Amino acid sequence: MKVLVPVKRVIDYNVKVRVKADGSGVDLANVKMSMNPFDEIAVEEAIRLKEKGLATEVIVVSIGVKQAQETLRTALAMGADRAILIVATDDVQTDIEPLAVAKLLKAVVDAEAPGLVLCGKQAIDNDMNATGQMLSALLGWSQATFASELAIEGDMAVVTREVDGGLQTIKVKMPTIVTVDLRLNEPRYASLPNIMKAKKKPLDEKTAADYGVDVSPRLTVVKTTEPAGRKAGVKVKSVDELIAKLKDEAGVI
Amino acid sequence: MHYGLTSEQEMIVSTVRSFVENEIYPLEKQIEDLGFVPHEIGAEIKRKTLDLGFYACNFPESVGGPGLSHLEFALVERELGRGSMALTHFFGRPQNILMACTGEQVERYLLPAVRGQRMDALAMTEPDAGSDIRGMKTTARRDGGDWVLNGTKHFISGAEHADFVIVFAATGEEATSAGPKKKITTFLVDRGTPGFTIRDGYKSVSHRGYKNMILEFDNCRLPDAQVLGQVDGGFAVMNEWLYATRITVATMSVGRARRVFDLMLDYAAARKQFDQPIGRFQGVGFQLADSITEIDAADHLTLASAWRLDQGLPANREIASAKLYATEMLARVTDRAIQIHGGMGLMDDLPLERFWRDARVERIWDGTSEIQRHIISRDLLRPLGA
Ligand SMILES: Cc1cc2nc3c(=O)[nH]c(=O)nc-3n(C[C@H](O)[C@H](O)[C@H](O)COP(=O)(O)OP(=O)(O)OC[C@H]3O[C@@H](n4cnc5c(N)ncnc54)[C@H](O)[C@@H]3O)c2cc1C
Repeated sequence: MKVLVPVKRVIDYNVKVRVKADGSGVDLANVKMSMNPFDEIAVEEAIRLKEKGLATEVIVVSIGVKQAQETLRTALAMGADRAILIVATDDVQTDIEPLAVAKLLKAVVDAEAPGLVLCGKQAIDNDMNATGQMLSALLGWSQATFASELAIEGDMAVVTREVDGGLQTIKVKMPTIVTVDLRLNEPRYASLPNIMKAKKKPLDEKTAADYGVDVSPRLTVVKTTEPAGRKAGVKVKSVDELIAKLKDEAGVI
Repeated sequence: MHYGLTSEQEMIVSTVRSFVENEIYPLEKQIEDLGFVPHEIGAEIKRKTLDLGFYACNFPESVGGPGLSHLEFALVERELGRGSMALTHFFGRPQNILMACTGEQVERYLLPAVRGQRMDALAMTEPDAGSDIRGMKTTARRDGGDWVLNGTKHFISGAEHADFVIVFAATGEEATSAGPKKKITTFLVDRGTPGFTIRDGYKSVSHRGYKNMILEFDNCRLPDAQVLGQVDGGFAVMNEWLYATRITVATMSVGRARRVFDLMLDYAAARKQFDQPIGRFQGVGFQLADSITEIDAADHLTLASAWRLDQGLPANREIASAKLYATEMLARVTDRAIQIHGGMGLMDDLPLERFWRDARVERIWDGTSEIQRHIISRDLLRPLGA
């Protein structure tokens, strides 16, 4: 079974994001970019499936700017077998929307016929949380989102999902789309031998046009603003004072 | 001329940095307070490093290392420099001098060191011989077919964890143009060899937890098989292999300075006095400007000296300049970091006082700043006959 893992290049989670002066988005010039952390978890899970003998090949795919090559190399250094880069824009400020990404992924799935697509549940840049679900709809495949545990049993995937108020375990028929949550695993570091090998692994470069997919935006960004600053807290001297304040000022108890 | 890193080099940097941030930073305070690294903690870091294939990353492929260039190794050391040396010691980089192993020494010392099965330490310095290393008093005298070592080494880093020590001892005197000088031979001495003891050294202001030990040799008898390199060839062995370790001190200083800089930059932006961020006061902002300029300069100087080694170009002066400049830069940057943090900078709730103390030794070990200046000036003047 092949496993396909889409990975997105996003602003590094450690970077303090700055909104552009014109409010059109956040400043991506000269900031550190990394693999979306949820995608890293998906790559890790795919590699573990291969190590357990449940997958034969791990293919990573990234859609966006040419520089996403670095993200793919990181996935290859973690242990993925080969990579596909689909260049869909030259502008680092342009975000390819979930529907366009899902259409391109569908084309890749049609060509590669994986038994499982492992996606991050969302990308930390725009938090859309939509690509996996849209891909499932386009393919007519089953889906299991927000996975915190994954087991393969024959042609079924058993997925524990993190839902509000608890955990839900479902069985879905393969081929399927699983989107992964934070607690599924702890991604490994790229080992030095794998870093050195990464360059020799195949990386296919395509364009969105090769798949005949229109990636022009359908959404309009109206405004981007900084989150409201947090107000300074107050220090209380005793538990009694705290209770009084919670009661009288905050009105929460 | 190309200043960028390759994608492999970028990944090496980001992997080592993540490793240090996730596996080393959380343990630092504990080790600093303890003053030593408990065996299990060291063993765990070593195991993780071996799993990652980074153990002994300063060794060539021919002996099971990854065969990094000097530049790549300097990048690894730079990121390791961010973390506590007591702990990064277990991200093992055995002494390169072990490449001088021959015959059965390869199986007994070199390969086990590269595989993380045996740890080493290196002992040159003595109470009466520091910068003037050829003034050493430890002797090895012939007795039958054996060697008998007598003397004391001090300030020996990592000896408490070492399974064997690379020891330099005087084996006679020779006439040189600068007068009589000692002949030196290098020995491999196993822990537990009769007549060899390792005991606690001094309590240092820098790098607590990275202990320095005192080694005593009292009629310690060694067979010929323990000689590393040629008899009387120790000074050549030293020069050939220890040449590049100064790059390590320089590049680690750069890594640590960057960690410190991020803290001072954040604080200058966040701390408000007189209703504005303190960084906006020129007196503070200019300290940031000087610091980043000096850090970048030290980084370039250091990587350029490593690059020269890779190209097979003479690099002795450049390495000395890098070691001198980077270590003195680190002292200034850590001092400014404390100044910018005000009183809080001195408290051990923040790691800054530790970085400030740790910086002090960098100007002393692996050749003091004065010795580096001596090397640089001699390199400039000698061709002019002066
Ligand atoms: C924590 C620590 C760990 C160490 N680990 C090791 C180790 O693992 N193995 C090892 O072998 N050694 C180790 N050393 C020793 C270290 O390399 C020496 O401390 C260093 O070489 C300086 O020697 P010294 O301390 O005896 O100072 P000295 O050589 O006595 O120098 C005293 C002063 O005189 C100056 N001076 C000396 N000669 C000259 C000159 N020609 N021109 C101008 N100024 C001069 C020096 O710059 C210095 O300011 C360690 C030292 C420390 C502090």
